[in-house]
Amino acid sequence: MSDPATRSDGAAPARIAVRKTYKLYIGGAFPRSESGRSYVVTDHRGGFLANAALASRKDARDAVAAARKAFAGWSGGTAYNRGQVLYRVAELLEGRRAQFAAEVRATEGLGVRQAEAVVDEAIDRWVWYAGWADKLAQVRGAANPVAGPYFNFSLPEPTGVVAVIAPQASSLLGFVSVIAPAVVSGNTVVALASERSPLPAVSLSEVLATSDVPGGVINVLTGRTAEIAPWLASHMDVNAIDLCGASGSSADDLAVAAAENLKRVVRAGDEDWTLTPSLERMLAYLETKTVWHPAAI
Amino acid sequence: MGKFEYAPAPESRDIVSLRESYGLFIGGEFTPGVDDRAFKTISPATEEILAEVTEAGPADVDRAVSAARQAYEHTWSRLPGKERAKYLFRIARIVQEKARELAVLESLDNGKPIRESRDVDIPLVAAHFFYHAGWADKLEYAGYGPAPRPLGVAGQVIPWNFPLLMLAWKIAPALACGNTVVLKPAETTPLTALAFAEICQQADLPPGVVNIVTGAGETGRALVTHPGIDKVAFTGSTEVGKEIARACAPSRKKLTLELGGKAANIVFEDAPVDQAVEGIVNGIFFNQGHVCCAGSRLLVQESVHAEVLAALRRRLETLRLGDPLDKNTDVGAINSAAQLAKIRELSEVGEAEGAQRWSPPCELPVKGFWFPPTVFTGVSQAHRIAREEIFGPVLSVLTFRTPAEAVEKANNTPYGLSAGVWTEKGSLILWMASRLRAGVVWANTFNKFDPASPFGGYKESGYGREGGRHGLEAYLDV
Repeated sequence: MSDPATRSDGAAPARIAVRKTYKLYIGGAFPRSESGRSYVVTDHRGGFLANAALASRKDARDAVAAARKAFAGWSGGTAYNRGQVLYRVAELLEGRRAQFAAEVRATEGLGVRQAEAVVDEAIDRWVWYAGWADKLAQVRGAANPVAGPYFNFSLPEPTGVVAVIAPQASSLLGFVSVIAPAVVSGNTVVALASERSPLPAVSLSEVLATSDVPGGVINVLTGRTAEIAPWLASHMDVNAIDLCGASGSSADDLAVAAAENLKRVVRAGDEDWTLTPSLERMLAYLETKTVWHPAAI
Repeated sequence: MGKFEYAPAPESRDIVSLRESYGLFIGGEFTPGVDDRAFKTISPATEEILAEVTEAGPADVDRAVSAARQAYEHTWSRLPGKERAKYLFRIARIVQEKARELAVLESLDNGKPIRESRDVDIPLVAAHFFYHAGWADKLEYAGYGPAPRPLGVAGQVIPWNFPLLMLAWKIAPALACGNTVVLKPAETTPLTALAFAEICQQADLPPGVVNIVTGAGETGRALVTHPGIDKVAFTGSTEVGKEIARACAPSRKKLTLELGGKAANIVFEDAPVDQAVEGIVNGIFFNQGHVCCAGSRLLVQESVHAEVLAALRRRLETLRLGDPLDKNTDVGAINSAAQLAKIRELSEVGEAEGAQRWSPPCELPVKGFWFPPTVFTGVSQAHRIAREEIFGPVLSVLTFRTPAEAVEKANNTPYGLSAGVWTEKGSLILWMASRLRAGVVWANTFNKFDPASPFGGYKESGYGREGGRHGLEAYLDV
């Protein structure tokens, strides 16, 4: 972040700002990359903003392990509880509107009003998904009239660990729009933030850490998409992957790698994130489980 | 208990009139293959040659896809849903009318007992067409938007374990949703698919809406990689499923896969033993164990292990193995020499790795492909017979002490197609059902199927569902 206290005349500033170290978010903790690497993140004009952690393969694997560990607890809780946790994220984000508007503005080069609108939409997106948590089973479930004396019903269940290659352009709203549809149904997430604009996602992880989202449910990596995405796509303990932030031919390669353990693959590209989402992403991470039981005595 | 003596009660095969050779069904007509290549399909129970079948090459697949495309664009997609429905109802009725003929043909070509083809396969085929017929003009109520669109031409590849039933699972929803299809039956069981082509002719189904191309893996590859296909549906092994997923990844074709399984059938100490034993037998010896959702891993609570195993052995001694067309037969022939070799190999590995092998006294016919019902005890989770899909009448028995251990062991597999739970305790059933990572959970029952009931796997058992409202998604542009 450019230091507001730096003066153009070169005179000593009244107060030196305390800068933030932007780290990874894995298993509820904020480690630096185990590789010790970082990379320079600039604003939309090319000015220095911060050094972000340059995640390694090991970081990606740690994040998947953390997501797997968190899955049983998160998916095993009630849908009502997940809805409240997602709503809690919106509450905390609302209190940090100004901070996020400034971060989005710096990285995406939006005007003040535009940046505020994007942050508002991101907050509202959490609220929208929060409301879905305890409705999915009714909308996507079924009681099935089979031809025999059996009670038979189908329910949606989360598929497991979802890797998300977040959109490259929309650093906050796009990021929220690809992780919320995965976690709302009980999946856990490893998200690779926008390579060029990772800072709003890192700041969001600070919100997640202080909300009621259990550690490991959402893990955030920053770094090179081309370096990290292939490790996520080929990881045998990842159940689904959203290739949104991967470009054309590399997305094809990632989809081929994802076939190795038959990951559910979302290929919907970048979109107008300000619109009400379709159900595509939410449904992509659901399995349908059908249970039979005799109903005759 | 003495064994009952049965007089043979063979179903007559006169009802089936086989042709010497079959062409490909393309554009509503049987046509010869471009390369003039053919293969023979045999009865696995006797190794008798039943007929010669055309092997479709890439040029034939191309013709079939063109016919399907033309039918899609000029006829089928323009037909109102309520008219499409009537064709499907017609097909359902003709299947019912020809039920006996189809059952005999299925048992001849596949080796499965007539009791199964007659009482399970063919009635379910008719039910699938009947069920999906009703959807054709009601798709806007299925939950996929106000005017869901078909995808176009579907390329479908099906296995040999339920030949005509798998055809119905594929073709009925595809047609109901407004798609046209090119379907490839398995190379060892093409005959009922070709009989189905004749049913399409009888039903006056517009030419090109259904095309049947026969052949082996190469024909399947030509079909799923054909650029004129919008949708690929495959049922078969996980290995081939992954290959198809890789091949389809760059093309963005919509893909659904029903693949392998290694289902746990879990028996708790409070389960009624006799019912559980029937469920275990049905779970693994139904259709000679050639079932992707077969209950091939029996998990028995330690406290009742001896009792359940003794009852299971007693029951297996009464199973009758032999002539698939005999109405008394419980266990039919293994579908092919290749499959028999695979079952033998894995069973030998089971012994070599230290598990104890047992089969009831059982005389195997001299000709044909046969394998006795087999139970392995003392199996550990590391054994290959506990990890790999055998796809034969081979049961691996493991034990557990607590429900949590049962869940842990049941889920310890890359597959996730089905599972069984046997207990009288309702809360335990629901607790287990919510923790088993499998697409179908049978509680106090096993291997039940219905067109209204979604079927499909978690994890490496594939993706997408077949049956029910959920199954329509695979054939709609959503």
